[in-house]
This record gives sequence, C-alpha cells and structure tokens, in this order.
Amino acid sequence: MSLSRREFLKIMGGTSAALAFPGVVLQGCKKALERVSERTNVIWIQAQSCSGCSVSLLNKVAPDVAGVITEHISLNFHQTLMSGTGHVAVSVLEDAVKKNRKDFVLVVEGSIPTRDDLYCTIGEIDGRHVSAREWIEKLGQNAIAVVAVGTCATGGGIPGAEVRATGDNPTGAKSLASILPDRQIINIGGCPPHPDWIVGTLLHVLLKGVPKLDEQNRPVMYYGKTVHEQCEHLNEYKEGIFAKHWGDEGCLYNLGCLGMDSGCDIPTRKWNDGMNTCTACGAGCIGCTENVFPDYGKRGIFKHLTASAQEIKSLHPETREVVLKLRNGGAING
Amino acid sequence: MAKVLLDPISRIEGHLAIELDVQNGRVVDAKCKGDMYRGFENILLGRNPVDANQITQRICGVCPISHGLASSKCLDAAFGIKPNKNGRLLRNLVLAANYLQSHILHFYHLAALDFVDITAILGYKGRDPKLANLKDWARDELSRKKDRADAITAVAPFLPRYEGKDFYIKDQDLNIEAISGYVKALEIRMKAHKMVALFGGRAPHAIGLVPGGVTQVPTREKINEYRSLLEEVEEFVNDVYANHVIAVAKAFPEYFKLGKFNNFLAYGLMDKDEDQKDFLFERGAFYDGKVQKLDTGLIRENVAYARYQSGSNLHPYQGQTVANPNKPGAYTWLKAPRYNGKAMEVGPLARVAIAYLSGNQAVKSELDAILAIFKAEVPAAFSVLGRHASRVIECKLLAQHAYEMLDDLEKGGEPRSTYSIPESGEGEGLVEAPRGALGHWIVVKNRVIANYQAVVPTTWYCGPRDDSGVRGPVEEALIGTPISDVNNPIEAARVVRSFDPCIACAVHVMEGDRDISKFRVC
Repeated sequence: MSLSRREFLKIMGGTSAALAFPGVVLQGCKKALERVSERTNVIWIQAQSCSGCSVSLLNKVAPDVAGVITEHISLNFHQTLMSGTGHVAVSVLEDAVKKNRKDFVLVVEGSIPTRDDLYCTIGEIDGRHVSAREWIEKLGQNAIAVVAVGTCATGGGIPGAEVRATGDNPTGAKSLASILPDRQIINIGGCPPHPDWIVGTLLHVLLKGVPKLDEQNRPVMYYGKTVHEQCEHLNEYKEGIFAKHWGDEGCLYNLGCLGMDSGCDIPTRKWNDGMNTCTACGAGCIGCTENVFPDYGKRGIFKHLTASAQEIKSLHPETREVVLKLRNGGAING
Repeated sequence: MAKVLLDPISRIEGHLAIELDVQNGRVVDAKCKGDMYRGFENILLGRNPVDANQITQRICGVCPISHGLASSKCLDAAFGIKPNKNGRLLRNLVLAANYLQSHILHFYHLAALDFVDITAILGYKGRDPKLANLKDWARDELSRKKDRADAITAVAPFLPRYEGKDFYIKDQDLNIEAISGYVKALEIRMKAHKMVALFGGRAPHAIGLVPGGVTQVPTREKINEYRSLLEEVEEFVNDVYANHVIAVAKAFPEYFKLGKFNNFLAYGLMDKDEDQKDFLFERGAFYDGKVQKLDTGLIRENVAYARYQSGSNLHPYQGQTVANPNKPGAYTWLKAPRYNGKAMEVGPLARVAIAYLSGNQAVKSELDAILAIFKAEVPAAFSVLGRHASRVIECKLLAQHAYEMLDDLEKGGEPRSTYSIPESGEGEGLVEAPRGALGHWIVVKNRVIANYQAVVPTTWYCGPRDDSGVRGPVEEALIGTPISDVNNPIEAARVVRSFDPCIACAVHVMEGDRDISKFRVC
C-alpha cells in the first residue's frame, strides 16, 4: 500500500477538494485506503482514439502508473500495454462477456463510429470483425461503472467534428453516452485529460462512489472552475494588458484563448508534474475539456480567427480591431 | 498452408491486424490491415489553417509532436515564412525529447515483452523494494483470482500472453534486470515528457507549437531544467537501455536475419539551419543499391487495396480521401505510399542506414561498434534487431545534439517568427517522426484549408499492396519468418513490432484448407 493520505488528497483535487468536503475526505480516507487493497478490475477499450489519453495516464506521478496498476486497479485489458496479442488479447474480452462478469469498471477512450462498424474493429471471432461498438455495448451492460476518458469519448472530439462543407461527420463518430444511453457515464474531458483527473476519478468511484458531477457529467472537483478564473494572466487581464503575439506578456484572449469558456484546473495543477500550463506557455486554452471541442459553433479552435461578422460586432472594440486585422490577412503576430 | 490472424496487434499505437499464410513453418504471404478510420483529412477542410496545428496532433497520441511540427512546417511554407533560430531550436528540442520518450517506451513497454519472461519475477530473491512489491503483487494476483470468474486476468496486463517452449529469455538474472529496466523506463520516459512540456507547453498534444516556432520563451530557468532532465535520461540511455538491447540481441541473434527490408526513405532529422539544408541524420532515398537525392515530387499514394473509392496513384497535393468500407478486394484503412514507384521502409533503421551510407561519421562509429560485438556486416542491421539498435543510436546522438542546441538558444529571446494567413497558398512540411518520414501537405484558399493530406510513417511500412500488387514493407519483411506454432505466432509479432507501428493491426493465419473460422489463434 503506497497511497498515503497526502497522495490521496492530492489526486482528489488537492487542498481545494479537501476544503470542499473536508470531513468526508479525511474521515473516508482510512477506510478508502483499506478497500483499495482489492484491486478493482478495469477493462479499457480504445475505440477511435489516438492513444493520447493512455500516454497521458503514463505520466501519472504519486502514485505512478506502476503503482496504479499493481496496487489500485487490475488493468484487465488495455491494447497499448497488455502482453497478449491477437486472440490471446481478445480472449480476455470474450471471457468477460461469456461469463457475464460484473466485477469491472469499463473505461472507453476514443469516439465510437456508428456509420459503419468497419470504421473501428477489435479482433475477429469466428471470422467476423468485432466492432468497438459491439464490445462497448456488451461490456457496458454489466460494468460496475462506465467512464469516458478524453473528449473523443465524452463528446465525440476531433473524430466527431463536423466536415464544414457537408455539415456531417465522416464516420458518424459519437460519444460513449450516445452508445450507452441507459447508463450513467462519468465523463473525464480533456484532449488529453490530465492523468490526475483519470486516476483521481477512478479512485473516487472505487473508494467513495461517484463524485459530484457538473452538467456535462464531469467531476466538479476538476472541471468546476474556468481556466480564466485560475489563470496566471488573470491580473494582466484585470489591468488590461493583452498579448498581441504568441509568447508575449499579457492575457491571451485576443489570440483566441478559450479560458473563459472552458472548465479545468490546469493553471493550478499544471501539466507533466508541474512543468508548464497551456496559458503559462503563451499558447492559451483551446477548450479541449469541453464537449463542443473542436467546433464551438463555426468558430474552430482559435476562437476569433474565423468568427462571424455578428460575433465580431459584439466584441470589445480593442479585441474587434485585432480580430479584424487577423481576418483580413493581417499578421497574427504583429 | 495455414492462415494465421493476429488481431489485434497489441502494444503498438492503434488498431492493426496481420493475416499470414504459413507453409512448412514459414510465412509465405502476409496482409497488413489497418482497422480504424476517422477521416482527419476531411475534417480539416474549410477550417482555419492554424487549427491544423492542433487538430493533426490528435492523429497520434504517441508522436503528436511530429504531426504538430509537420503541420507547422507546411503552414510556414504556405504562409511564406521560416522559423527564427530560436523557433527552429525549440521545435527540435521538443522533438528530441519526444524521441527519447518514444524510443524508450517502444523498447521496454511495447517490444520487450516478446523477449523477456515477465513470470521470472515470481522467483525474485533480491531486496529491491519495487521488484519485491512486484513479486508480492504477482503472487497475490495468482492466488486471489485462482478460482474466480476473472481468473484469466491474473497478473494483467502482463498475462495472458503467447506461450511456447523457447519464446522467452531463460536467464533468470537477465529477465529480472530487464523487468527492473521496464519499471525504471516508466519513470525515465515520463521525465522525457517533462522535457517536451518545458518548451511545448504540455505532453502529449503540445499546445505551444505554432507557425514560425513555439510560444514558450526559452528562459534561463526552463533551459536549466531541460538540461538537468536530459542528463538523467541520457545516463539511462547509455548505461541501461543500450545494454539491454545488446543483451536481447545476444539472446535472439537469429533476428539479425529476420524482418528484412532494403529500400529506405528519410526526410532528414534535426535541421541545422532554417532552410532545412543540413541535418543531424541525412535526408535521402536508398534503393537500387545507392542513396539518391530526395525528391518529394516522386511520392504517390495507391489505394487499389485500401478502403477508398477516390483516385489512386496521386501526389498528396492532389490527394483524395473518400472512404468506402465495403470496397471489394480492399482489406485495410491504410493507403499504400510509393516513392518513384517503390515501397520504402521509413523509421529509425531507414534514418541510420541513409546516414551511414551518406558517410555520417557519428552514425558510422555507433553502428560499427554494435556490429563488431556480433562480428556482423552492415546488411545484418537491415533487420528486426537492426531496428532496435538504430533507436539506441538515435537516442545517444540526439541527447548529445540537444546539449548543443540548448547552448545555441538566445536566452529570453523571441521563440518564433511572425506570420499572417494569406488569401491562398500551398506548402509541404517534412519531419522525421520517431517512427519515420512524415509529410503534411496543405492547400489554402480563401484563408481556409482547401486540401490537407498527411502521409504518415505507418502507411509507408504498414500499407497494403500497391496498384501493381507489390506488397508493403511489413508485408514483405514478414515473408520467410519461421512460425513455430501457428496458435502462438510470436515470431511474426516480433517482426511487426520492430517497426513500431502506429495503428492497431491484426495478423491472420489459415491452416491448409481448414476454414479460418474453426481456427483459433489463442
């Protein structure tokens, strides 16, 4: 047992979560730590994913990923990490379906294609391609809990984005919630999600039940505040200092930062063990934790660059000036 | 004849299956099947060109940096700009860091489990607390789950696996050392990702890559942090990773003769100037016995056996992507790229081979030193083990180069040049991803994306037959591979994983005239 109380609190959202429900966390901690010795089975299905969520999971510290998979969960199936190849790998899923196992949490990474099953298959059984959708439908019925990891699974993400010319999507890529409409889905948004969000949510579900969720079914402890209100550049924003170039001092709003529209705690939690944040590095938020990512109506990722005339009209005069300059082919970097 | 199916190929990125025909214990034919399609190129149409920089990183979460940089470079070209010196160096430092994490991840966490006996941990007698914990965990898993419904998942994700008499290393000490390497490598690859985040904002999916360079100003603090992480990662590469690759090669020397392919393509790794003329690893194409000057005008994509109904044999600027899941005769979602009509291997071996044959002294001395251990000649490197060795050589030389790049940075200086989005334009962006030559091509019209095509490393080597029926590199490299047990075709898995594919792929095996449906591969 390597998960200390301090570590537990840290992944549960740090001091802010402790303040939000102090008694519960501290009181529940000991019991929770005992229960964790029974490693809950996790079946992790990658559908239309890039594996980025899994790679992000590998960046987990305190506990690290080795600690997670030997002490807190039993990672039954995970295509990127498992030894088994071919039918040896698929037999784990087949066995879970055949035996009607009900002892696992189902995690889905990636969107699920609905236009044709051949757009994403995992294994063949008796000469028939088995689609990601079929595995998810079968396993989803019995799982203790169902968790969507990453924005592809929570909202369709980039594979579910719209083709501008036709208004539809190439593969009919859908969120996990639309494949399992009868199940409560816990959404862990982000492209990629921070590893603490993934492990913290899983541990919360296993030890203390489903955490408090927001309107997009994301844990409030991670997604409850906007990037803007925790941003390193908040004071500059208040003082009216706006960056005109990538990497400049100042609030990144005019460059298209979506921090006001997006919920997550990256400015305080930081990426990669404290190395950097989306806003501190001068790039700005691209809204990757939101289900509308990457479309935001017709705006695309870099908010104002393709804004409509109506939207531009409604902007602050200073912003409007910059946006118009950009739209008219002016230099984004001055 | 036996048909053998490996579906899915795990421990790679994505969904890949391989189907083999096996006769007299050897592979006589192979099909490489990409089992997933998302339609990125269509999703990009009509969007702001700068969005491509972020969207294309999501093609792959293991090497998003390479896609981000290929996209940045094609945008540079379409916008008519070049990165400033800091921009070039910072891009390369981000890329070098991702190489280190990707190659280390590939050897230990993806490929090594085909050689190392993970069950050796059950007999561990030493005192290392991490290994002792691992032993206790594995034993507890086996006893706790013994008679339960989830018995098959005991010691997951390390078991179940292909089982056979001589599949895994027998030397207990070496197995334990390699398992210890597996655990340590988890920490080291994470540190390499911290290096990515220092100048790229985060990893994976770096937020700070933009046309002209990056958004992160190279402060003294960030440079020092990168350097100290680099020292730690470099030490692991030189003292641990390099030795483990040699140890695996000594245990399985026959893999110098397997998985062979002889045509190579490389776009040049680590540009040393803003015009992309000089590289740490040379650019070029090797076929017909000599290294030839790179001409991307010779690239075409064939789709006769791919699930697309759009035109075939087109250059990426004219490329089309119209999916047809049920196209007769098609067996994969990958197109078949060809260079001057030829199938080309890309990746670490291709880069090392082209650098070596172009007279690159640093690469020559590293490869010669490895070959000397095995008293082997250069052609032996064109193999499964040559690919693993090439990754080590790259990690060593990239780490050395990264120190020089850190010294060359203008501290606190602009991390990028400036740009504007033109009314129209087109551009080509070439990058060497950890997995090989990666090209993005963009056409801008009315300030939005009018066409976007990415020709990625995995399509070069995992692509299907071309329009003339010629096999792709992985399909060809599998021919002649011995399969000792069609139910446990580990030899084929080793060949496929040596390429480090970035899609999920499956291999099918059929036995004689027996119906494949009655044939279980487990």
